[in-house]
This record gives sequence, structure tokens and C-alpha cells, in this order.
Amino acid sequence: MLEIRNLVVKIADEDKQILNGLSLTVNDGEVAAIMGPNGSGKSTLSYVIAGKEDYEVLDGEILLDGQNVLEMEADARAAAGIFLAFQYPLEIPGVATMTFLKAAMNAQRRARGEAELLTPDFIKAVNGAADRLGIAKDMLRRPLNVGFSGGEKKRMEILQMALLQPSMCILDETDSGLDIDALRIVADGVNALRDPKRGFLVITHYQRLLDHIVPDTVHVMSKGRIVKSGGKELALELEKNGYAGYADAA
Amino acid sequence: MAAVQETIDQVKSIDVTEYKYGFVTDIEMEKPAKGLTEDTVRYISARKNEPAWMLEWRLDAFRRWKTMKEPDWARVNYPPIDYQDIYYYAAPKGAAPQSLDEIDPAILETYKKLGIPLREQEILAGVAPENRVAVDAVFDSVSVVTTFKKELAQAGVIFCSISDAIQERPELVKKYLATVVPVTDNYFATLNCAVFTDGSFVYIPKGVRCPMELSTYFRINEQNTGQFERTLIIAEEGSYVSYLEGCTAPKRDENQLHAAVVELIALDDAEIKYSTVQNWYPGDAEGKGGIYNFVTKRGDCRGRNSKISWTQVETGSAITWKYPSCILRGDGSRGEFYSIAVSNGAQQVDSGTKMIHLGKNTTSKIIAKGIAAGKSDSTYRGMVSAHRKATGARNFTNCDSLLIGDQCGAHTIPYIEAKTATAIFEHEATTSKIGEDQLFYCQQRGLSEEEAVALIVNGFVKEVLQQLPMEFAVEAQKLITISLEGSVG
Ligand SMILES: Nc1ncnc2c1ncn2[C@@H]1O[C@H](COP(=O)(O)OP(=O)(O)O)[C@@H](O)[C@H]1O
Ligand SMILES: [Mg+2]
Repeated sequence: MLEIRNLVVKIADEDKQILNGLSLTVNDGEVAAIMGPNGSGKSTLSYVIAGKEDYEVLDGEILLDGQNVLEMEADARAAAGIFLAFQYPLEIPGVATMTFLKAAMNAQRRARGEAELLTPDFIKAVNGAADRLGIAKDMLRRPLNVGFSGGEKKRMEILQMALLQPSMCILDETDSGLDIDALRIVADGVNALRDPKRGFLVITHYQRLLDHIVPDTVHVMSKGRIVKSGGKELALELEKNGYAGYADAA
Repeated sequence: MAAVQETIDQVKSIDVTEYKYGFVTDIEMEKPAKGLTEDTVRYISARKNEPAWMLEWRLDAFRRWKTMKEPDWARVNYPPIDYQDIYYYAAPKGAAPQSLDEIDPAILETYKKLGIPLREQEILAGVAPENRVAVDAVFDSVSVVTTFKKELAQAGVIFCSISDAIQERPELVKKYLATVVPVTDNYFATLNCAVFTDGSFVYIPKGVRCPMELSTYFRINEQNTGQFERTLIIAEEGSYVSYLEGCTAPKRDENQLHAAVVELIALDDAEIKYSTVQNWYPGDAEGKGGIYNFVTKRGDCRGRNSKISWTQVETGSAITWKYPSCILRGDGSRGEFYSIAVSNGAQQVDSGTKMIHLGKNTTSKIIAKGIAAGKSDSTYRGMVSAHRKATGARNFTNCDSLLIGDQCGAHTIPYIEAKTATAIFEHEATTSKIGEDQLFYCQQRGLSEEEAVALIVNGFVKEVLQQLPMEFAVEAQKLITISLEGSVG
């Protein structure tokens, strides 16, 4: 369970406050969607949860299963179960995707005091997940994300999510840059991971994604705060009326 | 990645966050007065008991050098060097040691600390015969010991200091010295001819495969002293040798000069594999101190189907100016250059190679990987040329730069010159960057920052490390990781 209480965040080297007392809870097994206009602070929220250093938390707390994650390094948060599918996945030159996946999986296992994966088990897991996401084998030999198309990068994020088996998945605009077929594959990949023990925070600008990943709750974000929460019907309402009505609420 | 983890563990276990070889050995040294005159040249030659022809050769070089100008075309910056403010010779006091027992224990201790065993019994103890390495240990201006000479002599291989070779095999020295790098080749090479002090001499007779790895370990210890290394390797017809050099120096606030000349000669069907792990003191993060490494290294594939390959892992020195090259004279000969140049802090590197195709159907391959971090600056400068007669010449060049952080710089300067239409030269180059965003991405997947850097860097340099003999590859990988410590965050 992820609990965010009264989170106030500014850019570390600037006098610019982005999150202004944001509170949000995502229960185990829940799929929560955050919708909001560009610039409302959605990516910032995802980065702060994951532990990016460019931000300074002025107030509030973030708890994962009751544990204060703000005191943890980003890699420790990952090992604790937080996964962020990036809005813009980064290119890792010179490191074959396979190599990267194995290093990441084993690093998390080590951090949790578990034994490292046996190579045959690892290869089986990767191949299975790649097949389900329509990722060609030769892509796994290429350096991670280097020269991948936007859609390929997004699929690779879901592949990593499937392999790392996090307890809290944050998806930042995973639908952007995807055509309808790719969107369906990615959504199926996410839906396959839905589990009573796993929470999802699906960040999106458009309702479209939520037709495929049906959320339990929808939160509207504006100017660094959650300004309205409701069920999945809230997404449809937003689609019809736009965000205009919420700008003032912030 | 087991290998990556191993590197990290090794790095952690030795607990270094800075240059590890920076200690000074306290030992009484014999030195002439500072500065460079004809008398200095005579002093060096006399100290080495050289024959008259050698002294004359040195003096000629010295006179030429006085008319030359220091080159300024490299992308490096340093204040003018005062050549009169340097000691040109420094040797441990007393008579030259005839055996290990006569060597000052402080020197033996130094090499022990550096991880270079000089006692053959100790080397023999834990190592299979095929993994033995013979060592020539050069301490400031003199070679203090060369191991396994006897075993090598049984195979007909000569492995000794260049000073001994001048005494014992003058006919070979006269025949080959300065036939690859002419006396007047460049400012630093000419200076080296005048004042070279020690280095290694290797001669592999016809048809012999050298029975073990040969290596020279250069240590600069004395303050304000230049080191002028001279190495000459000759591989006769059908022979093979693999040679490795390593270098370190104490941490000092002032800059020190290492101006070396290395010449390799491969005759018909011979092969020389020359590897360097260069770890001279790089200076501090602000650029204070460190070695100026101005080196001329050139191999001559003189015979048909001969082969010379240079592999270098450059992590040290404040300034590196170095272009190990191959003259592909024999028809069907092959030159290779594999390089990893790592710079951090305020280091400046201008390095690369020249492949000069003269013979028919000559081939060459260049794989250069530059990693720049901190505020360092790294330039790859490569020249590939084909003579009119070099029909069918082929070169493949791959030159990649990896920038860590955004305060460093990398540059690629290729020169290509083909005077025959049949030459095929291919050139590939890439530049990539690891920034904080990439590291955060890796950390988000569970890797620590050090693991992430090691993973990326190891992937980047793998192709070159594979060229090194196994035990040195591990050493080099460690060194690269250490050199990049503190480069991020
Ligand atoms: N590192 C940063 N430096 C400066 N401004 C930033 C930084 N990160 C985010 N911002 C600013 O914060 C605001 C929120 O950005 P972001 O979290 O990306 O919003 P969203 O994802 O909702 O579009 C924007 O005005 C953006 O320009
Ligand atoms: Mg965003």
C-alpha cells in the first residue's frame, strides 16, 4: 500500500514549488489513475516517489507498506517494490538489454537477501515475457533502448515491470507515442500483472488508456494537488468537459 | 552480471577512493645536477659505461634537439616545460646490483607494494608455467632486475635492459635502434635519443614462440626527475611475443615528464603483441601535479605477413600525448590498435594511432574507446594512409566516446589519405553520454550508482579488454573502475 500525505516538493536548485500538499492512497490490488493537464506535476510526483534527486521534499511523507521511503536511496526503493515506467525511458549505451535485465533482477534479489537467478530460469522468464509483449528476441541483444522506437521503449518498460514483479507500479504516460495496436499489447501486459497484492498508479493525460486499463479510482491533479477523486466514471466526465473546470479548484 | 559485481567487490575491498600507487620510496639516489647540457648527456652515457658510438649518437641527437621546437598541435594545454629544471638521471646509489640479494630492500618492497613480484621463487610458487610472466623492473633511470632471463635464454630469447643490450649485443642494437622512429622524428623522440636512460630489449629468434609473457614495469620515484624510457623489440621471422608494460608514480604536486620511445620490428610472418596498462599519477582533481606522458611508439611490420598489435589501457597521467602506430611495409602485413583511454578530474588526453599502409594487401583495425569524466578532455587522433603501391589496403576504424557528466569533452579527429583507388577504409564513430538521468533510470531498476557506472563502462570497453592477457584484463577492469570513482553524483 502506498500512502502519500500532504506532500510539498520544490525543485532542488530553484525556488519553484511543484507539489503543494498532495495526498493520495493506493491500496493493494487497486488501480488508481491520475489525470491532469500538462505541467500539473504528474511526472514530478512519480519521480519523487521513485527517489530522483533533483527535488527537495519540504513537507509530508510517502509510505510504502508503512515504511518511510523518503529516507531510502532510489535503488533501495526499487528493491522494496517501487517500479516506475518512465514517460521517456532512457537509452543505456553499450549494455545489451539482456545484460541489463539480469543485472537489475539480481541487484534487487541481493538487496532483499535472496539468491541470484539461475541463468536458465532467467532466460525462460525473459523469453516468456518478451513473447507476450511482442518483443523480438534480437531486440534483447541490442543496447537497452538505444535506437528503439517510442513504442518499443514503452513495451520494454512493461517487460521490465513484468520481470521485476514490483508491489507498486507507477506508469507515467505509458500510452503516449503508442498506436492503437501497441496500446492494446501494453494494456494487456499491465492487466496480466493485476494482482490482489499489487497496486498501480496509472498517470495519463487522456482517457483512452483507461478504456484498456480500467481503473478502480480516478484522481484529478491540478497545480500539484489532487483536486477531485472518484470512480472510473470521473475519467469519462473529464474526457467530455476537459480540465478547465479544475484549474481554479487548485 | 557476475563480472561487474566482482569488479565492484574488488574495488570496495581495496578501499581506494584515490590513486593507490602514490607512495614514495625513501632511498638514496645518485643524480647529476639539474638541467640539460652536453655534459648531462656525457654523464648519462658514462654512468652506463657506453661505447663511444653510443655517446656520439646521443650527442648528435642532443644537437638536433636544440634546434627543434616543442609541438603544439595537440589538444592539450600546459604551462611551458622548463627543461633546465629537471633531473635527467636518477639511480639508486652504489654499484649496480648483480642479483636480487644486492638490491636495496626498499626497492624490493616498492615492487611488492605495487603487486609486482620480483623473486622468481615467489612467482614460481603459485603460478602454472604457461602463466608465468618475466619482468624487467625499471626504477627511475635504471633497470634494477630482469627475471627469468635464464629460462628465456634457453629458448634463445633475449630479454634484458636496453643498457645491458648495448653492452652485450651492440650489433643488434646498432642494426635496429632508431630504424622505426628516426632520431629526428619529433621533439620528444629526439630528446629521448639524447638522454634515454633505461627500458627493455627483447629479441626473439627465428621460429621461436616466446615461452612466457614478457613485461616491463616502470616506476618513477624520484622528485623532479624525468623518465626517458627506451624499448626495442625485435621479432625475427616466424616468431611470436606478447609483451606488457605497466607504469606508476608517486603523488606529487609538480608535474613530471615521461618521454619514451618504443620501437617494434616484426620480420616475415612474425607477430608482436604489445599491451600497456598506463597508470601514471594523474594529478589531483584540480589538475595539480601528475605525469606528462609524451610518448612515441611505433611498430614496423617489416616482413611479409607480419603482424603488430597495440593494446592500451590509459587511465593515468595529467597529459597523454601518444600515438602507437604501425608501418605496414611487408605485403600482407597487419596492424591493430585497441585502446581504452579513461580520463577524469582535469586530465587531458590526446591519443590515437597511425596506420601507414605501404605494402600490398595490408590490413589494419582500430578500435578506440574514450571515456571522459569530471572536467577532463579526451581527443582521439587517428591517421590511416595508403601509399600508391599499397593496393588492396584495408582499414576498419571504430571510435567511440563515452561522456560521464556534462563538464568533460571528447573529440575525434580522423585523417584519411588513400593514394590508391583500391584501398577500402571504413570509419565508424559514436558519442554517448551517461548523465544523472541515465543513472537514476538504472537505480530505479535496482542498481546502485556504482553498479550502473560499472555496467555501462564494462559494456563499453569489453571489446578492447578481451585483447589483454587474462590476468591483466582483470587488473585493467579494476583500474578503470577506480579511475572513474567519484565521477558522478
Ligand atoms: N527538474 C526540473 N527543473 C525545472 N522545472 C521542472 C523540473 N521538473 C519539472 N519542472 C516543472 O514542474 C512543472 C510540472 O512538471 P511535470 O511534473 O513534468 O508535469 P506533468 O508531468 O504533469 O506534465 C512544470 O512546470 C515543469 O516545467
Ligand atoms: Mg509528465
